[in-house]
Amino acid sequence: MLRVTGLTKSYRSAGEDIAVLRGVDLAVATGESVALSGESGSGKSTLLHLIAGLDAADSGEIALADTVVSHLNDAGRAELRRDRLGLVFQQFNLIPSLTVADNLVFQSRIAGRHDAAWHDELVERLGLKSLLRRYPEQLSGGQQQRVAIGRALAPKPLLLLADEPTGNLDEDTADEVLALARDLVTRTGCGFLMVTHSARLAATLDRQVTLHAGIVA
Amino acid sequence: MSASGTITRRAFAGGALGLALGGKTFAQGFAGLGETAEGFAAVTPGKPFTFPADHGPHPEFRIEWWYVTANLSDTSGAAYGAQWTLFRQAMKAGGPAEGWANQQLWMGHAAVTSAGTHRFSETFARGGVGQAAVEATPLRAWIDAWELRGRDAFDAQHVAPLELKASAADFSTALRLEADRALVLQGDHGYSRKSDRGQASYYYSQPFYKASGRIVIDDRPVDVTGVAWMDREWSSQPLAADQTGWDWFSLHLPGEEKLMLYRLRQKDGRENLFGNWITPDGRSAEIAASGNSIAPVTTTEIDGRKLPTSWRVSLPARGLAIETTPLNPKAWMGTSFPYWEGPIRFAGSHAGIGYLEMTGY
Amino acid sequence: MRRALWILAVLLSHWRRHPMQLATLLIGLISATALWSGVQALNQQARIAYDRAAATFGGSRTAMLVARDGATFPQTLFVDLRRAGWPVSPMLEGRVQIDGRSFRLLGVEPVTLPSEVGNAPAVGRGSLQSFITPPGEMLVAPETLRDLGKEGERPEANGTSLPPLRVQAELAPGALIVDIGIAQDILKMPGQVSRLLVGKAKAPHAALESVAGDKLRLVEPSAESDLERLTDSFHLNLTAFGLLSFFVGLFIVNSAIGLAFEQRLPMLRTLRACGVSARMLNTVLVIELVSLALVAGLVGLVCGYFIAAALLPDVAASLRGLYGAQIPGQLSLKPVWWFAGVAISILGALAAAAASLAKAIRMPVLATAQPQAWQQAQRRWLLLQSAAALAVFAVAAGLIWFGDSLIAGFAVLAALMLGAALILPMVLQVALAFGQRSARAPVGIWFWADSRQQLSGLSLALMALLLALAVNVGVGTMVESFNRTFLVWLDGRLAADVYVSAASDQQAKEIKAWLRDQPEVQAILPGGRADTQLGGAPIEVLGLPDHATYRDNWPLLENVANAWVRLRPGDTCLVSEQLSRRMKLAIGDHIEVPAPGGNWPLEIVGIYADYGNPKGQIAVNFAALTRRFPQTPMTRMGLRVAPDKIAPLITALQEKFGLDDRNIADQARMKTESKRVFNRTFSVTAALNAFTLGVAGIALLTSLLTLANSRLPQLAPLWAIGLTRRRLAALELLKTMAVALITALFALPLGLLVAWCLLAIVNVKAFGWRLPFHVFPLQLIELLAVALAAAFCAAALPVARLARMQPASLIRIFVNER
Repeated sequence: MLRVTGLTKSYRSAGEDIAVLRGVDLAVATGESVALSGESGSGKSTLLHLIAGLDAADSGEIALADTVVSHLNDAGRAELRRDRLGLVFQQFNLIPSLTVADNLVFQSRIAGRHDAAWHDELVERLGLKSLLRRYPEQLSGGQQQRVAIGRALAPKPLLLLADEPTGNLDEDTADEVLALARDLVTRTGCGFLMVTHSARLAATLDRQVTLHAGIVA
Repeated sequence: MSASGTITRRAFAGGALGLALGGKTFAQGFAGLGETAEGFAAVTPGKPFTFPADHGPHPEFRIEWWYVTANLSDTSGAAYGAQWTLFRQAMKAGGPAEGWANQQLWMGHAAVTSAGTHRFSETFARGGVGQAAVEATPLRAWIDAWELRGRDAFDAQHVAPLELKASAADFSTALRLEADRALVLQGDHGYSRKSDRGQASYYYSQPFYKASGRIVIDDRPVDVTGVAWMDREWSSQPLAADQTGWDWFSLHLPGEEKLMLYRLRQKDGRENLFGNWITPDGRSAEIAASGNSIAPVTTTEIDGRKLPTSWRVSLPARGLAIETTPLNPKAWMGTSFPYWEGPIRFAGSHAGIGYLEMTGY
Repeated sequence: MRRALWILAVLLSHWRRHPMQLATLLIGLISATALWSGVQALNQQARIAYDRAAATFGGSRTAMLVARDGATFPQTLFVDLRRAGWPVSPMLEGRVQIDGRSFRLLGVEPVTLPSEVGNAPAVGRGSLQSFITPPGEMLVAPETLRDLGKEGERPEANGTSLPPLRVQAELAPGALIVDIGIAQDILKMPGQVSRLLVGKAKAPHAALESVAGDKLRLVEPSAESDLERLTDSFHLNLTAFGLLSFFVGLFIVNSAIGLAFEQRLPMLRTLRACGVSARMLNTVLVIELVSLALVAGLVGLVCGYFIAAALLPDVAASLRGLYGAQIPGQLSLKPVWWFAGVAISILGALAAAAASLAKAIRMPVLATAQPQAWQQAQRRWLLLQSAAALAVFAVAAGLIWFGDSLIAGFAVLAALMLGAALILPMVLQVALAFGQRSARAPVGIWFWADSRQQLSGLSLALMALLLALAVNVGVGTMVESFNRTFLVWLDGRLAADVYVSAASDQQAKEIKAWLRDQPEVQAILPGGRADTQLGGAPIEVLGLPDHATYRDNWPLLENVANAWVRLRPGDTCLVSEQLSRRMKLAIGDHIEVPAPGGNWPLEIVGIYADYGNPKGQIAVNFAALTRRFPQTPMTRMGLRVAPDKIAPLITALQEKFGLDDRNIADQARMKTESKRVFNRTFSVTAALNAFTLGVAGIALLTSLLTLANSRLPQLAPLWAIGLTRRRLAALELLKTMAVALITALFALPLGLLVAWCLLAIVNVKAFGWRLPFHVFPLQLIELLAVALAAAFCAAALPVARLARMQPASLIRIFVNER
């Protein structure tokens, strides 16, 4: 479903080109969960951003189902994120001025893919029922990340992308949040690609891919 | 009812002249027509006319006009029409005062018409200061630069020779009018009845003018000759309140015969036909009140109004059955009180030319 | 659409959580729109009034024929011209005294009045007959009707009954319109007319000379009315203030939007990550801004309406006092005003938000590390700005040197202020760097260094403060200079002790005869005034009796030796400063003044100040005036009376001749009245001044609030190393006060420069007089105090928050700071 072939990306910094990705090949099948790990600077976050269409690759191809991401313009990539991807970041990235309920429905609403039954199920499974009227700043880190996962899965995306989703959480909470995420991914049948530097968490997913110096090790 | 349309010329135009600067409250002014005769002289049958005195103004009467229409043609035979009119109205009874307190209002209308164009102009003046006036001896009627003036050897009975001048932004007229016979009293020896309720005027005409001169349209001068007709009328009696307008013909018949004919329309749809048949020797006889008819044939739409510009006229007792057609159906006088006035042709039992005026449409 | 609404709702949710920020933004927009549209409403109101005056029966909008000598001429010329084809209409103008007050009487001829002259619609609406038939009707504006009585009443003038009053809304106030015949009777000028209005109707007509010889000359219509020309400066002044307030308001909007944008950056990124395209996001941002501007614009318009309504009486008084322009006291606004107000609010908001919007458009979805070169960038920016300032100053200098118009005068002012605002950051930078170098203690060094770093965030607000202060100093100095000069001048000008204005010449004679028998009356000084024209503009000819009162007191700016003696024969005159400037007349020049008997040649022997008079004026010997202008009313006189006998004499005159307060006044009352009028003249300026300063204060407050949030990371380390919160707060307050003080000190010389420009350039061009320049140190100290108080108030709120801030909030800085 996700197929990445020969992807390269370099950044210019202090007058010098630094190659971050040097020909990455990667595939994630429907319903498969894949952990992407590697040391700092190995390019794992960059790869995730490119897949999410947040940035453009230098060469190579990213195909999601029948769509070639690298062929899309900004509006097309935004549409792709809106309708077919779910994104979860380390920083939770909730909208501080919206309540939990509004944060949860936000993406499915603008995607026009709001499904009331699925929404109720998400609230139930994520244990957010009593928190719906709170604002993000009134939640703990784990609660915030659960809201972010709910928001990402509400439009029933093809692929859930997570960038160190548990990086700001203590170990117990991290395990609990990741377990919830895996559960829901299984429930929706979407693909799951998670960037993590934790081998322990990576091991809980179906497959592990390690990035080293810009290529899959 | 198109209020302002009822008022012009023989329609006691002067009666509305006071409203000329507004026109909005015509209804009030119209109602006023019924009252303001009070204090003015009355029109009664049997008045002896004296000339040249009666060519001059009659300020004891409310309204009065000097009205000339001419059917002209140039050397190539193309037809033209010309109109020159001066109206007088007294705003208040009791003799004209000196200076600005004069209380006489004057209105001038002038127009030229060809098959393709129709040009008109109007102007207003207060009496008493010299901007407009009429003097009987020698005959001189003027408003601003427009003038009707007796020439050398002026004959008061013939009302000739006359010189006529008018000019406006886009046209001008200068004509000399000659006549070889005397003027004609209209109606019953100059007493012209307008309704069966006493409305009437003093009315005489000079229908026998030969005209020559020059008209200028858009700086293009044309030398013209033809015939002309003068109407003189004065009264204090307003039009009856239920009279909505009229259709007026002055016709030059073959053999130097003339016909003056008008129909007064009433609100209830009834109408009255009046007229005089004038023989070449100047004898004038009223036409019978019944048995005669005039009827519209075709209408022209101007400014959203429907005007019958072609007519069928039938005077069985005189053996007259004709149909008239306008030289220019768009001879609309878009003045403060608009009306239709223009040259016509006619054919049938008789053939010739003349002028038509229609008001109240 | 639905999607856009969802995004809009998300964006708007920010304001719900930050109501103060929303309030600041709205206040900025509202005050900008309110002051701008308020001033526009006043200008519009005045312009409508001028149009009315200009259109009233042949104001300057109509071409006309006038006599070469400015006198009346026989109406036969009117008839001759009509008969030669000219579309002319006669008019007779004169003045009548009703209850001791003078009104302009216009006799018109409604039948020939050109339709485009208009303004006489009621004439002719069936009412023609009653208008021209004796006794006729006298048409007046509603305002004038209130002064004269009720409709249908017949006021008396000089013992004759005037026609019954009838109100007509479109007329200019102060004018009485009657039929020309009736006007000739009232003014006792039978057969005479003042001018002929020329209609637009095109008919062939004879050459003017062939009809009227050289008696008449054609005056072409001018698109601009006399009043518009005269009052241009006043409205330019109002507009300049409106504009200044508008820009100061936009400073507030700019800082509020800048803050909101910074705070919403993460939200915008999240929106993009969740699949909102850049175009959609930018569109919705603009929609949000426009909606807010729309709401604020409407509220601002309502406020502007009330501001205008509140200022209108003063504006009307100023315009009447300065130019004799009559402005109705009721505010009437055209729909275009509402549209323009909302549009200016939206445009202003977009302009103020331009920088933030541009940032949003360029914003990458991923936050990247910022290069830490801001310090270098700031220095380059400072240098650039200062260079621009110098260029602007050069332009100002060039304008002073070469400019010779009112617009140039205002351009000099604008350039001065713009340049000063641009160079302010550099001035502050230099001052603070100096402070830093002279500091010894570490906290002291930090104090100055941190102030410098804060500059870029504060400079806009400080510029607003600088401009507001400078304008305040400038206008304050001008008003005070004017006040002082005016008082001295008034003392000389109002030299007689009692002023009497009789109802008629006859009564004047009786009063004089009676006064001669009163021993306490030391002198009777007859006075008179005639109207004529010079160089195409109307002027007044003032008759001064040959008396020591005038020789000793009448203030002359320049004169030849023995000027008063030389006035006696009637072949010399004094000219007012306005007239001398307008027509470039100097002592020794000769002028020819049109008089009824022919031109009157006069030599100029002196120039005098004539503050507050819109018309040019010349002063001649009174006896000579009455010889040359025999119709001059002899109703005015001044009396010299022993001081303790003034009150009883006034009472006696009032009782004996039935004079009321309008006909008789003592010197003290005249002075009080004049001062009151002149104080009102500047009350609008003062009010707008205060508004501007207030808006500048708000701008400073919002800037500091904005800064306060972003400054926590810089303060937290100081707190951590042992400075108490109280101490930090005190330092913060001190810093704000310091930069405000430097700004205010810089504003003082700038303000004095502005005052000089106003006095030496703008006033001379606008009013025709030049006032001496005074500096008022007390006023300056007062303004310094006001500026510091404003800065204190603005800084107090964020500082108080800092002093009370929970340690936890400061700790969190370290946690969140990455």
